[in-house]
Amino acid sequence: MGKMRKEGQFRIPSGCAIAAVISRNGERMPGDLIAKSMEPMHERSNGLGGGFAGYGIYPEYRDFYALHLFFDSRDVRKECETLLKEYFEIVQSEIIPTRKIPEITDEPIIWRYFVAPLNSMLRSLQLDEKELVARTVMKINTEMKGAYVFSSGKNMGTFKAVGFPEDVGRFYQLENYAGYSWTAHGRYPTNTPGWWGGAHPFTLLDFSVVHNGEISSYDANRRFIEMFGYKCTLLTDTEVITYIMDYLIRIQGLSMTEAANVVAAPFWSTIEREWDREERQKQAYLRTVFPSLLVTGPFSIVLGFTGGIMALNDRLKLRSMVVGEKDERVYIASEEAAIRAMEPDVEKIWAPAGGEPVIIRVKEGVC
Amino acid sequence: MKRVYVNEQWCLGCHLCEYNCAFANSGMTDMVLALKGKPIYPRIHVEEGEKITYAVSCRHCEDPLCVKSCIAGALFRQDGVIRIDRKKCVGCFTCVLVCPYGALAPNEDGVMQKCELCLENSSGAPACVQGCPNRAIVYEEREESQ
Amino acid sequence: MGIDFIYPEFEVVRNENRCIACRVCERQCSNEVHSFSAERGIMMSDETKCVNCQRCVSLCPTRALKIVKSNCTLRENANWQNDTIREIYKQAQSGGVLLSSMGNPKPFPVYWDKILINASQVTNPSIDPLREPMETHVTLGKKPDRVRRDEQGNILRELPPQISLSMPVMFSAMSYGSISYNAHASLARAATELGILYNTGEGGLHEDFYKYGANTIVQVASGRFGVHEDYLEAGAAIEIKMGQGAKPGIGGHLPGAKIVGDVSKTRMIPEGSDAISPAPHHDIYSIEDLRQLVYSLKEATEYQKPVIVKVAAVHNIAAIASGIARSGADIIAIDGFRGGTGAAPTRIRDNVGIPIELALAAVDQRLRDEGIRNSVSLVAGGSIRSASDVVKAIALGADACYIATAALLALGCHLCRTCQSGKCNWGIATQQPELVRRLNPETGCERLVNLMTAWRREIMELMGGMGINSIEALRGNRMMLRGVGLNQKELDILGISHAGE
Repeated sequence: MGKMRKEGQFRIPSGCAIAAVISRNGERMPGDLIAKSMEPMHERSNGLGGGFAGYGIYPEYRDFYALHLFFDSRDVRKECETLLKEYFEIVQSEIIPTRKIPEITDEPIIWRYFVAPLNSMLRSLQLDEKELVARTVMKINTEMKGAYVFSSGKNMGTFKAVGFPEDVGRFYQLENYAGYSWTAHGRYPTNTPGWWGGAHPFTLLDFSVVHNGEISSYDANRRFIEMFGYKCTLLTDTEVITYIMDYLIRIQGLSMTEAANVVAAPFWSTIEREWDREERQKQAYLRTVFPSLLVTGPFSIVLGFTGGIMALNDRLKLRSMVVGEKDERVYIASEEAAIRAMEPDVEKIWAPAGGEPVIIRVKEGVC
Repeated sequence: MKRVYVNEQWCLGCHLCEYNCAFANSGMTDMVLALKGKPIYPRIHVEEGEKITYAVSCRHCEDPLCVKSCIAGALFRQDGVIRIDRKKCVGCFTCVLVCPYGALAPNEDGVMQKCELCLENSSGAPACVQGCPNRAIVYEEREESQ
Repeated sequence: MGIDFIYPEFEVVRNENRCIACRVCERQCSNEVHSFSAERGIMMSDETKCVNCQRCVSLCPTRALKIVKSNCTLRENANWQNDTIREIYKQAQSGGVLLSSMGNPKPFPVYWDKILINASQVTNPSIDPLREPMETHVTLGKKPDRVRRDEQGNILRELPPQISLSMPVMFSAMSYGSISYNAHASLARAATELGILYNTGEGGLHEDFYKYGANTIVQVASGRFGVHEDYLEAGAAIEIKMGQGAKPGIGGHLPGAKIVGDVSKTRMIPEGSDAISPAPHHDIYSIEDLRQLVYSLKEATEYQKPVIVKVAAVHNIAAIASGIARSGADIIAIDGFRGGTGAAPTRIRDNVGIPIELALAAVDQRLRDEGIRNSVSLVAGGSIRSASDVVKAIALGADACYIATAALLALGCHLCRTCQSGKCNWGIATQQPELVRRLNPETGCERLVNLMTAWRREIMELMGGMGINSIEALRGNRMMLRGVGLNQKELDILGISHAGE
């Protein structure tokens, strides 16, 4: 690679393809279904990154945090395990099974742990368990060279690599996982040294984000969110959007819709026209309190979380995104063709307006 | 009707209006050629008191004494503007005597002249207004009548 | 003459072929440079009195005048430059401290001019402000760190007091006394029309201007001139002035000659007495004292007004700002060393303080490092000259900018830098009625509104180019900036990369 710097040392703009599927009644769908959606959108990626996130895929370990990691070497894995054991009980430690295919090469060591935070640690650090997990992820990703956590939620997992997304799906043998929701991403970075950690989805705890776009507010968002303990190590939009969502929803306790109203805030002129006084004041409040979390520039994202997904476009709708439905399943993708690849008989297809969140939840008690 | 008004609060007594007036009515295109080394005969005059300066020109009265008193019929009212037919003026100075504002005066050849709002000269709109550096002279419609 | 004679700095060049001896120059020069020679029938000039304010040049109807730099100079010397030598002559003659006006004119680096702005190409679209909404509205004030809800789960919407601006620019403090009634009237009217704020400075608020209170920042400085309950209540925000960029570390001095009539009444001091603001606030010798004044003012106004603390940019500004942020201030205004003044000791103006660009970048970063950036808004001032300076300041981390010199230029100031004489020919920095009259607030207000409207349009164009449609998304967005010709240390402090990186 010569003098070329690693991802995270400079900022890489990229275009992309995204897709998602969710079953409202919690029916678990195999991962190769979502992988299929990426085939007709091949042109939207350039082989420099693809990935998937599945929810409900680890029912047998549902009470444990599933940590997926890339390691550069055995030594760093050992080092990392020592660190993890300080804070967590590791109930399962294993290599993530992959299939050798010519399209995917140069893979790092890909490992997963199922862990439970040690109660003694939570008490002594005065943290709730999610915060401990989040901080540990930040610590490994910023301080431990050669180790990278790319998934850290419960009963969910992210699978990503350098390559075209449909190949990444085959590589990770996604057909062997079944989840009630899946998101997918194909990446078209303008330049990249091709680092596996840089592929999407990007996750923190059970939040995962797939994103298509290049946000113009990036550094304003990054420098704000970094005040609250987040470290943007990749300098990618997806990473910062994930942290914003985590901050707004988990830390500030906003609802999904409220968080969407911060990130893709309505224009002041729209707020002034809002006839409902309560709503108008609430929107004005959110814009006044979180101005630095407004995201501008083109984006379409799908945020995955336990029990649901949220799709959102930037407020000018500068990126394509369509939603389709069939029976209990809802499909979201950059292109209608991707939805039809998953469900040829899809009914009701529409394009959500800019800034209008589409939130789909699995029925209560199902997952 | 639009008239020229002066806000004495903003009049600086710079006398630029007089020079702009004289130039606008000189029929020349070069101010230096028109005014250099000559006495000027402007149709607007800056009155100066202890602490006040005030530019005065024809008020274009609704009921103009000058028109009534002109023995030669040289002064007349046209679309509200008091105008003068200088060919008819005999130089009797009656208008000078009756005008309460001192808005009429003879020019160098002894014929009376007065502000005609620059409607017919090269300026096309009151030159005193255009050239006033402090917006003390304005050309506008006002409610009040004379 | 003799040893004290210094050849005039400027020469008045009159084109005799053009001069019509209308004597406008003579009537308009308060320094009495021009006179009419009846014997010779021509205009004469005494350039020893000329300050190069260009009033005569601007008003001459035949463009017969120009003011040029005198070429009668001492022998060139890179070390002992002309100005330096002249100052020594002056001091040898007078034994006094040299006084100057307006901002630091020395050739220190102007970092704004070494920073370039980004634009979208290919990977994301630029936005056309003529076709798409483009938001320049900002809200200044402390933001709550937690969203709170009532028992029904509804968000509690109470906020600390905020001020709302249609664009991220305000007119900064210039006192009634240092500038004229008509200058204040122009600023107040323009701020109201524009939906921004102007600042009284330390001279109180003339009773005629209480009606513009919603667009007024009332200042409390070390002399406490003009401060009373109604005054505090009158404004939209209260500013405690701890320092000024042009003269950090010292107070102010408005000579008794300017304390006349309404100025005396508004300042609440006797006519003809010098208005001397002490160097420090004598009730603030440390940060905890500042906290007490902040809360005294909040108490006095029932916590309805944001309190701004204005400081000069000095060496350890980041630590100072952090202290201010923790002292209850809602907004911190930082004034860089190129900021203007009505009068300051020359040595202080030209040698004390640091550039606003570096101060702003350091403060913004420090407040973020400490996680308290959201508890204060930052206003940057001290020579913001254009819309692009505003955009760069916002991208470095400012919430808004203060402008004063640019506003005075809009009112007619020609930067002759002799405000201290009180004979401002443009009717701005003077209290002489016949000079004050030269600034018609109708024109003044209109020109300020024009200037800000133009800047707002330019800000929108620049934002659109970057693909940003709200000023909030620009704030602290340092990746939108690149340096040219800056060394690594400067880049590090500014928190930006070099062009090409």
